Amino acid sequence: MGLFSNTLTLLGKELRTEFRSRELLTTTVVFILVVLILFSFAINPTSEESRDFGPGLLWLAILFAGSLMLQPCFLREQANDTLSSLRLAVSDPFAIFLAKLMANTLFLLVTEILMLPLFAAFYNIPILPQLHYLLLVLFLGSLGVSVAGTALSAISAQARMRELLLPLLLLPILTPVLVVSATVSVSLLDREPVVQWKGMAFLAVFDLVFLTALWIFGEYLLEE
Amino acid sequence: MGKRILLGAVAILLLLAAGYGAFYVAPEERTMGLIYRIFYFHVASAWAGMDAFFVCFLCNLLYVWKRAPKYDWLAVSSAEVGLVLTTVVLITGPIWAHPVWGIWWTWDARLTSTFVLWLLYVSYLLLRTLVEEPDRRALLSSLFGIFAFLDVPLVFGAIRWWRTQHPSPVIMGGPGSGLEPTMKKVLFFFVLAMHVFAAFLIVERYILEKMKNEVDLLQREAEAL
Amino acid sequence: MPAPTPTGLRFENIDKRYGGLFALRRVSLEIAPGECVVLAGRNGSGKTTLLRIAGRIVRPTAGKLSFPGASSESSTEGRPGYVAHTTMVYDELSAEENLVLFAKLQGVPQPAERADELLREVGLYERRTSLVRTFSRGMRQRIAIARALVHGPSVLLFDEPATGLDPLGISWLAKSLGDVHRSGCTVVMSLHGESEISALATRAVQLDAGSVVADTKSGASLHSILTFGGG
Repeated sequence: MGLFSNTLTLLGKELRTEFRSRELLTTTVVFILVVLILFSFAINPTSEESRDFGPGLLWLAILFAGSLMLQPCFLREQANDTLSSLRLAVSDPFAIFLAKLMANTLFLLVTEILMLPLFAAFYNIPILPQLHYLLLVLFLGSLGVSVAGTALSAISAQARMRELLLPLLLLPILTPVLVVSATVSVSLLDREPVVQWKGMAFLAVFDLVFLTALWIFGEYLLEE
Repeated sequence: MGKRILLGAVAILLLLAAGYGAFYVAPEERTMGLIYRIFYFHVASAWAGMDAFFVCFLCNLLYVWKRAPKYDWLAVSSAEVGLVLTTVVLITGPIWAHPVWGIWWTWDARLTSTFVLWLLYVSYLLLRTLVEEPDRRALLSSLFGIFAFLDVPLVFGAIRWWRTQHPSPVIMGGPGSGLEPTMKKVLFFFVLAMHVFAAFLIVERYILEKMKNEVDLLQREAEAL
Repeated sequence: MPAPTPTGLRFENIDKRYGGLFALRRVSLEIAPGECVVLAGRNGSGKTTLLRIAGRIVRPTAGKLSFPGASSESSTEGRPGYVAHTTMVYDELSAEENLVLFAKLQGVPQPAERADELLREVGLYERRTSLVRTFSRGMRQRIAIARALVHGPSVLLFDEPATGLDPLGISWLAKSLGDVHRSGCTVVMSLHGESEISALATRAVQLDAGSVVADTKSGASLHSILTFGGG
């Protein structure tokens, strides 16, 4: 009944709901795919240049996909007012956020991992040598997208034009994640790869700041 | 009312004095000629804008804690004034850059970060237009305002440390460019004048918001009858 | 599930303002343990708001809500059960999964058994593995009631229970509410007009424009309150 067990129970619910319909995963995967292909039509990557901006485009695609994927997060709790019943049932409202952001991070990561081989093929960038570091930066970056996105989707769900509003609110907030993740990824996938630990640490700080802010202000986001 | 007029008068006088200082008191700059004088306006607006956003942040926190509408009125007023000042920064930057560098935009770290700052507060104001109910609007925008302000140091840090892989022209003296003592004094005075002017604008906007709320309330009461 | 501890409800000077407009204005009401109270009044009189405040979904702008007799404010027993127009359960989960979820969240021991017990009580056991999305209106209400009762509350709040039900549904509901009331639960429900369900009431209170205007406890007649004649 405490925060930990409530979070696990709710995480189970989020995962079960998604794996039953798979609607978030499929639409996100397809969306990133489309965006990556469209980027290549717009920019025409030759193999030399693609090492420079390919990772950046990947992160851009992740951010766009994330900001769409996170819209239903709290909207789907409005259909039958399940947000109220959840709030009544849990001991700490943070459990609701924690479960959702863990699920969202997982969905984003699954999507990215599915995309990686295609990304490597389209942009001619070998990813295997640095795969473990790449996964680390994908995790830290996706966590950032997820934490900020979950918090903001609770806000946008209560406003008008919510489909357009979430990306509008989220993308400016995520600029640090985009800048640092892209830069770290570029130097990881360079011909002479370098692991930017400062960058990883910065992403971790971003995640921590927003996680803490969500912990402090979460209950107000759910208020009626 | 008298105090408001006094504040306005003082603000305008200070601004005029600061303008005079920038044009006539400040010494010539070696390479840039007349255009560099916009530097004082640019930097003063940047500081005053940031402080306005800080006031907004404090009001956001106070509103979430106390729920008194006046904090929301002050928050939106300082956000709007901050946004105007930030727009000034974004416009004066290119105005300076074009004669000096021949380009309109330089992706300089501070200018880029300022642009993101601008976007954040545009989003803040946009969010407000999309929530009808006043209490809800105040709470949601306060929460977003808090997240946005917490993001600001992260934005500036990320762009400064990870975006300067491509060295670009630095707008108006990055770290290391020294300022003559006279320049420093003129700048300080301009910054002061800008703050007073910003305070005046915020007060006026606050009073406007207060009145708008009272009218809105009367309207809703009338409709409820 | 052990019998609920007799618990009452006390509203002390409750205000609820939405942007300067009062939905509830200095409402003070004392409901004794074991009562079955009907809240009556026009649409917009504040019935739903009062129930949502009692259900701890909405916080009052001013005033105090307490549950005299509850064993502990923060334990699950002290939490009222709340049934609204919507089911407040997940369409994409089955009836069983929903109840197990809410049982687990609230620390109800043996959640699976409790879920089965409730499903039998509300007559949904045969459909326990069906997704709630496929349920009819009557069945949706049953799952909503089951969810509200999962943690064995001492107070049950019901917002316009008879909406959208056919006569059979209303009879079933009246019987269920009667059973719940008889087991020791305090019941507060908002209603329009007289029916089998209003017949269960031990007391009625009429709200108008956010204030209490009539109360059978003070002598008004049940009939007049239910037909908005009181006050």
